[in-house]
Amino acid sequence: MKLLLDSTRCQGYGLCQEPAPELIELDEWGYARLRPTDVPDGDEDAAQAAVAACPNSALRLVK
Amino acid sequence: MTGVHSLLHDGLLTAGAASGTEDLSRYLARGGYGPLPTPDRLLDLIDAAGLRGRGGAGFPAAVKLRSVRGAPGPPVVVANGEEGEPGSVKDRWLLRHRPHVVLDGLRLAAAVTGAARGWVYLSDGPAEQAVRQALAEWPHDLRVDVVRTEHTYVAGEETAVVRRIDGGPALPTAKPPRPFERGVGGAPTLVANVETLARIALLHTRPGAAAVVAGARLVTLSGGADGTAALVEAPAGTHLKVLADLCGHGTAAAVLLGGLFGGLYGEGWTDLPLDHDRLIAAGGALGCGALHFLSPRDCPVAVATEAVAHLAAQSARQCGVCVSGTRALAGTLQSVGCGEADQEAVEKLHRWSRQLPGRGACGLLDAAARTVGTLLTHFPDRVDAHRRTDCPDCDGDVPEDGRRFTVPVP
Repeated sequence: MKLLLDSTRCQGYGLCQEPAPELIELDEWGYARLRPTDVPDGDEDAAQAAVAACPNSALRLVK
Repeated sequence: MTGVHSLLHDGLLTAGAASGTEDLSRYLARGGYGPLPTPDRLLDLIDAAGLRGRGGAGFPAAVKLRSVRGAPGPPVVVANGEEGEPGSVKDRWLLRHRPHVVLDGLRLAAAVTGAARGWVYLSDGPAEQAVRQALAEWPHDLRVDVVRTEHTYVAGEETAVVRRIDGGPALPTAKPPRPFERGVGGAPTLVANVETLARIALLHTRPGAAAVVAGARLVTLSGGADGTAALVEAPAGTHLKVLADLCGHGTAAAVLLGGLFGGLYGEGWTDLPLDHDRLIAAGGALGCGALHFLSPRDCPVAVATEAVAHLAAQSARQCGVCVSGTRALAGTLQSVGCGEADQEAVEKLHRWSRQLPGRGACGLLDAAARTVGTLLTHFPDRVDAHRRTDCPDCDGDVPEDGRRFTVPVP
């Protein structure tokens, strides 16, 4: 699975990073930066939680 | 005044079109609008010749055509003539002087993909007039409409093209989906640069010269100090020194590659070839083929600062990271120019140039990051020297309109 970020939607709320610190880091302005492109086995729930946490639907999880 | 030259013994796109607009009878006399080939035969010809897109990304044309043809649903085709790079004139020149060769390429692309509808997308007034005149005498059934957009750096990005034709603003969207999957009106869409289409038309007219046709490029040359600007059609692999000598920039100290997209290149630039892959391997990019030469009197910090200031001003302001990133890059570069940047600021520039690429919806942020990264790689001493001595070239306000790089269309 792959986590995709629509950077036009990312407002820098930073809420995605909390449930998925291994997958997402925040840059110095607070915008999300995805770490690996493919979600490693075992991290699917964290990725799902990150998607759900974004108030602006900037994240997507695709097969 | 921008000159037009050809380095091919038989000028292809630039032959006999120095003044005026080529009309239908002249285009037909050159063998244009020949009978439609079978789609597979033309695709194989394009594939075998190795034609790459001329908009900037250099994507293989045959792969793009096949993707559109293979996508579900009836496709459409778009000739993209919106030239966002201030230092490039080739697309507007082509549309103004040779609209029929572009339309012929669009007709062939429609035949290959099975499209029943096409658009020409542009912002240049004289180009629009030439295309409309050409369409008035257009001898084919394919419905082609002209869509005029506002001129901005990002308006020619393929998803911005789709959005604008669909009635929205000419601003990029996140990918995927790419236009070949979902483009104009949701249809699989070929967005092809006008030079790419012109080369497809030439391949069809002159299959015997396929390798030369597909390898040659229209390049826009410009620079500071004594040199002049020129639009040149050059064979694949031509050394940049040969191009520079053509218009008085042979003694340049550096070159800004690919408009504002490919970054700066200092010592050793003379050995670089006009070749997409080899420039990428050298840490640059050929982009749309615009080359801006820096004379020994030009300060590379000032040039980079002006380039990044223009990019920051042209940000579509959709992606937060682009707004913040380009602003930070531009502001910090300006502080370098004023001698106000400490080591920490320079380290930040290093870090941003590595961390920002790939994070925006389009390539603008990447262009700004690459400009900074290549400045630091090629000119570390010049960057450092600004801390100790005043630089007259970096003095004063930094223009954001890209005027240093702007070339008049011949």
